[in-house]
This record gives sequence, structure tokens and C-alpha cells, in this order.
Amino acid sequence: MSKRIDVEHLNVYYGDFLAVQDVSMNIEPRSVTAFIGPSGCGKSTFLRTLNRMHEVIPGAYAEGKVLLDGDDLYGKGVDPVTVRSMVGMVFQRPNPFPTMSIRDNVLAGVKLNNKRISSSEADELVESSLRGANLWNEVKDRLNKPGSGLSGGQQQRLCIARAIAVKPEVILMDEPCSALDPISTLAIEDLINEIKTDYTVVIVTHNMQQASRVSDKTAFFNIEGTGKPGRLIEYAPTSEIFNTPQKKETEDYVSGRFG
Amino acid sequence: MSTTVSTEKPGTSSSAAGRAGDSVFSGLSLAAGILILVVLAAVAMFLFLQAVPTFTAAPGDVTGGKGFFAYIWPLVVGTLIAALIALLIATPVGILVALYISHYAPARVAKPVGYVIDLLAAIPSVIYGAWGATVLAPALVPLYTWLTGYLGFIPFFGGPASQTGKTMLTAGVVLAIMILPIITSMSREIFTQTPKLHEEAALALGATRWEMIRMSVLPFARPGIISSIMLALGRALGETMAVALVLSTGPLIPSLIKSGNQTIAAEIALNFPEAYGLRMSELIAAGLVLFLITLVVNMIARAIIARYKEFSGAN
Ligand SMILES: Nc1ncnc2c1ncn2[C@@H]1O[C@H](COP(=O)(O)OP(=O)(O)OP(=O)(O)O)[C@@H](O)[C@H]1O
Ligand SMILES: [Mg+2]
Repeated sequence: MSKRIDVEHLNVYYGDFLAVQDVSMNIEPRSVTAFIGPSGCGKSTFLRTLNRMHEVIPGAYAEGKVLLDGDDLYGKGVDPVTVRSMVGMVFQRPNPFPTMSIRDNVLAGVKLNNKRISSSEADELVESSLRGANLWNEVKDRLNKPGSGLSGGQQQRLCIARAIAVKPEVILMDEPCSALDPISTLAIEDLINEIKTDYTVVIVTHNMQQASRVSDKTAFFNIEGTGKPGRLIEYAPTSEIFNTPQKKETEDYVSGRFG
Repeated sequence: MSTTVSTEKPGTSSSAAGRAGDSVFSGLSLAAGILILVVLAAVAMFLFLQAVPTFTAAPGDVTGGKGFFAYIWPLVVGTLIAALIALLIATPVGILVALYISHYAPARVAKPVGYVIDLLAAIPSVIYGAWGATVLAPALVPLYTWLTGYLGFIPFFGGPASQTGKTMLTAGVVLAIMILPIITSMSREIFTQTPKLHEEAALALGATRWEMIRMSVLPFARPGIISSIMLALGRALGETMAVALVLSTGPLIPSLIKSGNQTIAAEIALNFPEAYGLRMSELIAAGLVLFLITLVVNMIARAIIARYKEFSGAN
């Protein structure tokens, strides 16, 4: 588990609109990488190209290469469905399947592609995934209740449990805490610190403290103005980005002198 | 659905005019609600009063000579069979067409297909009946002959097959075509309302499009699908003209491909013009039974929808 990601000269378009221009970066396995930058600079767009989720949006496409341990995700004959089972994603708003029980939510990804799994294996996987998401103790007595009955923070951890249950190589998170209270946020941050021993984690956040708390490296994206493409400005170890940034733009942004 | 609207505390916000508007509106909606109940009660009352002579008449005087029950039950069964055939055909087809329009077809195909389906709903039932009797029925005769030939041991396909094609199965097919637009357009509407959030949740786990539909779209749409089926069932149960024109009626028989069988609605439509006295009362009693059947069907539908409420995502 846990693979490295190498992005080479990636452009992302929505139809004619170039949203992200010429991004190259290398993401180490078993590390947490944070994407920061002003709204609209293409963080979500770029993140979604790492598991081809942008293709869900009509007209969106990417040019360039994304290599997962050397295998091009955009190579000929590569099925986006396989890509997404290797690169999991957690969204801004918690989105457990409302009609499924907590248990079925965790197993949702595992049961895909007609995979069969014995009931005892399933029990084990549910427990280990929920433990991995620090949710087991809170829900172990109500595994058959609907996932939508949990609090927002619990729902988000359920989504993380669901993502790790399929044992992906990489987990992408798009502002996973922005809909949560500070306590739930801390719970998720602790969780990120724990799961990075097994997974490559990439997280988009607007919260600089969060980026400095959880990430090993930080990528700063910026945009020159509306209608202009977002670009990667600086990518370095997190302490460097926040303490000794090389670029003026980065310094302005992290010190709050942006705009 | 389970949310309760809490009345605002006095003096927190709304002005006096706003409050007056509120009470006018709640008065109006209350009146409208009561009006509907009154109309419904009046219809039921009318049917019941007019039907009473049938229940009190001597069994020998009722059509068939064996009392009202013996008269009505073959019609009830016939009605249910026709509606069931229609639903069995229209439900899967309607849902698949709706899914195709909402999740598979490119926009330039989806729009016209959806439009054509909606147009089907606007065609009067007499036209369906005429088409069913003159075009569809003869066209189905070879199929019926084949069915008795190979599957004749099943009572539904018992021979000899009708040579005009004016059978229960033909009526069911015509009804299916008539209710197809109801199921399709309501299901399509609800499919397109599936939250992006839940579709993406499935896709991000590595679901194929069909798996995504099974995980996100269908569970979300289930209450809507059930409602559409019930609405369609209501139409199929009460449809008169199409059945009256397509079916060559007779006593209740198990075979669906011989002449025979009858539905309540068609029975009423065919006999009403010449009916008077007790016969009229019988037909109205039959109408009352149809009314009850639709009521029961609706209650069952509500019970089914309520059972899934906890898991509906409404909370
Ligand atoms: N579905 C879409 N169709 C067309 N353009 C889009 C779409 N989604 C995003 N964009 C555009 O792409 C650019 C980048 O958007 P993106 O959502 O990636 O920004 P972001 O950095 O994630 O912003 P935020 O911090 O607000 O989430 C923006 O100009 C946006 O308007
Ligand atoms: Mg974003």
C-alpha cells in the first residue's frame, strides 16, 4: 500500500477554459501533502485529476501525466474505475449513503465489482476500518442504523472509514473539515496523522494552521486574476513554506497580506 | 418530511402585516384542505347511497342471478389482472428508459426522447383503444398462437388462442403503453434530482456507472419510483376506453390469450348508457368497489414508502 505520485506538466481544462496550468510535482508515499491557495485557484480541480474524478464533470479534461508509482493514470486502456479504487477521495461535505446502514456504508466500496466477501471477513473489515477512522467506539452499538443519523464529524469519519476499507494507495481529501466544528476537526487531523503511516495523503485546506499541523509538504497555488489559470507557485516542506518561503507571493499569502 | 414547522415567537421578527398575511394564508389552505375532504366524502356518499339497492336486492334479481358478490368478483380479478400485466411491462421499461434519459444518453438525444415520452401521455385513451383493437391485436395473433403451441400447459396461455387478438394480454399491453409515460417522466425527474454528492461518493469508491446508479440513484429515487408506479396503477385500474375497445369480453378465465375476462371500468362504460333501476345501481356499486381498490392500493403504497423513511436521507 501507499504509492508515490509524480505529476508532469499537467493542464486541466473545463471545456475551453484552462483552469490549471502546467503543474509538476512529486508526492512521496506515506506523507501528508497540503494544497493551499486562494479560492478559485484550482486546488480542487487539480486534486480531482489525481483520481480522474474531474471526468465526471462534462467537458472537463486533463493533459499531461500523472504517474502512480510510475504507471500513468491517463495511459491508454486505463479504466478510471480502477484508478478510483486505488486513489480514494473524501469530500468537503460528508456524504455517507443515506439509505445504507453504517456497516453497509463501510462495505460499500468493497462490495463493488461483484466482489464477494464472507460475513466474518466483512465484520472484521468493518471493525478495522472504523477503528482506523477513530469511529468504532462511537458506533459499534448501532452498526445497522443509517449513516445519516450521525453527527457531521462522525459522518466525515465514516466517509474516511469507507475510503480506507477498500485499501487504496492514496487518499485525497478536499477540505474535509470545512463543514465541521473545532473538536471534530481535531479528531480528523489526529486521524490524518495516524493514517499517513499506511497511505499517501493529499489534503486541500483553507486553514493554514491545519496545513502546518498535519502536513509534511505544502503546495501553494495561486491565480493572477479571474479567468486566468491557476498555477503551482511553490512546493516545499511545510515549515519552509510557512517560515522561509522562497517566493514573495507565497510569503504574502501565508502571512495574510494577500490581495 | 419529518420536520415540524415551529411557530415563531411573538415579537421576534415579522411585522403585523406579515402576521395577518400568515393567518389569511393558513385560513385559505385549511379551507382548500377541507374542501377536498368534503368532495371526497360526497363522492363516496353518493356512490354508497346509489349502490345500496344492489346490496338489499334478492340475489336472483342481480345480473347473473347469484347476488352481487358473484357478479363483482370476476370483474375485480379481471381489473387486477389487466393492471398487473400493464405494471409488469411498464415498470421495468419505464425505469430503464428514465435511467437512459437521465444518466446515459447525451443531452441532444435525451431531450427529444423525453419530449416524445411526455407526448405519449397526451394522447387520448380512445386513440390507444382504436390502435390497440385495429393494429396491435391482429399483430399479436401469431405470438398468441405460438404461446399456446409451446407454453399451452401454463393456464395463462391455454388455447385455443383468440384469432382476433382481442384478449386480456393485448389489453394489458395497451394499458402498459398508456402508463409508460407516467412512470418514465416521474422517475426521470427524480433521477436527475439525485444529489451530485452521493453520485460522486459512489464514483470515488471505484463504482462503474451502473454501480453508481444502484448505490446512489435508485435508493434516492425509490419513494419517487413507488409513487409513480402507484399513480400509473391508478390509471390502469380506472382505464375504460382502451379496455372497452380492445377486449372482447366474457366470463373470467385463466387464459390471457383467449377472448374473455372483463374489468370493472370497462363493464361500467359498456353498460351504463342502457342501464336503469337495479342495473344502474349495480354498476355504481361496481364503481364503489373500484374506488375502494384504488384506496387500498394507495394505502399500501404509503406504507411501503413509510417503511423506508428512516433510511431515506430526509434527516
Ligand atoms: N464544473 C466546473 N465547470 C467549469 N468551471 C469550473 C468548474 N469547477 C470549477 N471551475 C473553475 O475552475 C477554477 C478552479 O476551481 P476550483 O474549484 O478548482 O478552485 P479551488 O481552488 O478548489 O477553490 P475553493 O478554494 O473555493 O474550493 C475556477 O475558476 C472555477 O470557476
Ligand atoms: Mg475547492
